[in-house]
Amino acid sequence: MRHKDGKSDPQAAEDAALSGRLRDLDKRLGENRAARGRGVDERPEPPRAGAALAMRMAADFVAGILVGAAIGWGVDQLFGTWPWGLAVFLLLGFAAGILSVIRTSGVARAPAGGGDGFAPPAKDDEED
Amino acid sequence: MAYDPIHQFHIEKLIPIEIGGVDLSFTNSSLFMALTVAGASAFLLLATRNRRLIPSRGQSAAELTYQFVENTLKDSAGSAGMKFFPFVFTLFMFILVANLWGMFPYFFTVTSHIIVTAALSLTVIIVVLFYGFWKNGLGFLKLFVPSGVPKVLLPFITLIEVLSFISRPISLSIRLFANMLAGHITLKVFAGFVVALGSAGFLGILGAILPLIATVALTALEFLVAALQAYVFAILTCLYLNDAIHPGH
Repeated sequence: MRHKDGKSDPQAAEDAALSGRLRDLDKRLGENRAARGRGVDERPEPPRAGAALAMRMAADFVAGILVGAAIGWGVDQLFGTWPWGLAVFLLLGFAAGILSVIRTSGVARAPAGGGDGFAPPAKDDEED
Repeated sequence: MAYDPIHQFHIEKLIPIEIGGVDLSFTNSSLFMALTVAGASAFLLLATRNRRLIPSRGQSAAELTYQFVENTLKDSAGSAGMKFFPFVFTLFMFILVANLWGMFPYFFTVTSHIIVTAALSLTVIIVVLFYGFWKNGLGFLKLFVPSGVPKVLLPFITLIEVLSFISRPISLSIRLFANMLAGHITLKVFAGFVVALGSAGFLGILGAILPLIATVALTALEFLVAALQAYVFAILTCLYLNDAIHPGH
């Protein structure tokens, strides 16, 4: 309501502004629809994606080591190979943890690289 | 009880039930799970009761949640992933509402127990495994054998991939449980400082200002974490489902 005290013809000016906005909206909607049709929906990143990424990395890394240790310990119990199973699988688990982290961060590509139109954006390109 | 920060996580039997030697008691945890389901259902049903083209505030919130999960799922698993929408949406809403219920003082936080989060993440992995093998047969195993790796390294890499797959449900459950547990304990400890210092005279009250500020800030952080953890759980579920839908190409 910029023309509150009505200088020349507030009604006409307002109408013009409104229809201008409507056209603009129409255009943008059209663009958006077209983009969706091609499957390249360029949605802006949610602002919390960074924090979400950080939480994923920390937990993935720890879980890798835990799983390695657990499997190693189990192998030792089964075959009586203490401490070799634990040593080997702990290191493998460590490697798995690192692998998850670098994949989450997008430094390393997933095993066979996506690229079938469903390929998620780089940040989510984990184990395609 | 006083300032014991762990007390809030105690499981109490509200209605003891025992069937065939199995303890099936209705506990405070069960009560809050029921409240979570009721809360989520009530929100969605009430919000969509009077559907309009131009949505009301409530309907808008419900549509926003729906679209948020839909976009997350489509971005990570493609359109083929939409058949899992009810699954992902249910998980997202359950975790979100359970976390938010936990933000009320004196309420029990369902997701702060690893048995609950482990059950949720195992459900996800079981769905991934079953659907992966049902849809792709043994082709699902290609997930563990990356292409373009030298023959010598292949067994080694495959072993690491398998370990990385096994660690998924564990990281999924540990992340949610640890975040909720640690957040609630920190909050309780800082709030306990305020009370303890506040009862120690004038200087104590002055000293209590700092932990009080920290408590307020932590409460805000906990709300962020509550929403964030639900989001992280949902997006990882989508990524894992993507593996089941399109393994290794």
